[in-house]
Amino acid sequence: MSTEHALTASSYIEHHLSFNVKQVAGGGFWSVNFDTLVVSALLGIVTFGLLWLVVRSATSGVPSKRQAFVELMVEFIDEQVKGIFHGDRHKFVAPLALTVFVWVLVMNAMDFLPIDIMAWIYLHVFGQEKFRAVPTSDINTTFALALSVWLLMIFFSIKVKGLGGWIHELFCAPFGSNPLVWPANFLFNLIEYVSKPLSHSLRLFGNMYAGEIIFLLLGMWAATGLAGTIFGALLGAGWAIFHILIVVLQAFIFMMLTIVYIAMAHESH
Amino acid sequence: MNITLTIIAQALSFAILIWFTAKFVWPPLLAAIESRQKTIADGLADAERAKHDLDMAAKRSADILREAKDKAGEIVANGEKRASEIVEQAKAQAKVEGDRIVAGAKAEVEQEVFRAKEQLRTQVSAIALAGAGKILGREIDAKAHNDLLDKLAADL
Repeated sequence: MSTEHALTASSYIEHHLSFNVKQVAGGGFWSVNFDTLVVSALLGIVTFGLLWLVVRSATSGVPSKRQAFVELMVEFIDEQVKGIFHGDRHKFVAPLALTVFVWVLVMNAMDFLPIDIMAWIYLHVFGQEKFRAVPTSDINTTFALALSVWLLMIFFSIKVKGLGGWIHELFCAPFGSNPLVWPANFLFNLIEYVSKPLSHSLRLFGNMYAGEIIFLLLGMWAATGLAGTIFGALLGAGWAIFHILIVVLQAFIFMMLTIVYIAMAHESH
Repeated sequence: MNITLTIIAQALSFAILIWFTAKFVWPPLLAAIESRQKTIADGLADAERAKHDLDMAAKRSADILREAKDKAGEIVANGEKRASEIVEQAKAQAKVEGDRIVAGAKAEVEQEVFRAKEQLRTQVSAIALAGAGKILGREIDAKAHNDLLDKLAADL
């Protein structure tokens, strides 16, 4: 942690919550959060690369322990998909669920890294003054995932029911096809279509962001002396242990919502 | 906390990861799992069938064993019956043979007795003749007194 300039509680938190922004072109939208992109891409490559390595040598005989672990995860996710989605899930929906679960899980798990030690490493090893390691506490990531799922949802709706069927559903569900209730139906569907990606992405973002802030607040105990540092470390350990639940749970919830939204898109009303 | 180009980049990463998983991760693993499930199901079915076969075989072997026992019992009973028959037959034959031997022996004895009697008679008559000759002091003409001698011999 940098101590060159005056360190206050708000500067500490602000430092940890600042993205490593790289401007691509002038203007607000045209920049990227370098840290989010690098971490999520690295995690994606490493995790799915490992999965691929395990799967490449998968045998239908007695599985190795690594294969058994991957199979356990795949079967677990397959069970969830089977319970919600009725159709050929192996072609797209189940792999999608696996992707979402694994990727979100490892991105969330970056929250376990001790923030101040990592900040020191980012600064002195990689020369990055600002670096946020948890991609899912970047609203860009969660919105990217949720909106991708949202687009898939609309895509499958149109694919399954046809464009006419989808528009028909927009106006004729849930209250019926009477022209008098068309505006109400459309309003309901509009709210649904807006609220789905919002709740989907903000739930994950909020949990991870709040988790990060609590780690930061607990880290500030270190400013109160040795006793405070130890107390803060204990609390931090406790929160980290509890955070294991949140990390896995949020990844699971994100995956389940993905499946549910895609499954709902396949059903006609 | 701004929405920036990051969102598009992340969506792209997401799309690539989905494609990768759907193409390279999910299908091979699923194939391996399904193939193993099939193997296990086949193995269980085979075991079930084998168990059924074993039951059948045990039942059949028990049937055969019982049949064999019945047959063996029958054969033993037949054998016993036949043996006692043979014994009876042999007994009867022996009795007949014995009777025959006894009868033959009896006949022979009778014949022997008869012959002895004949001999005795002729000797007695000779003795009688010799005695009479001595008593009379002269030779008896055997021819002249043949009738008398025969009568004597018959009376003895």
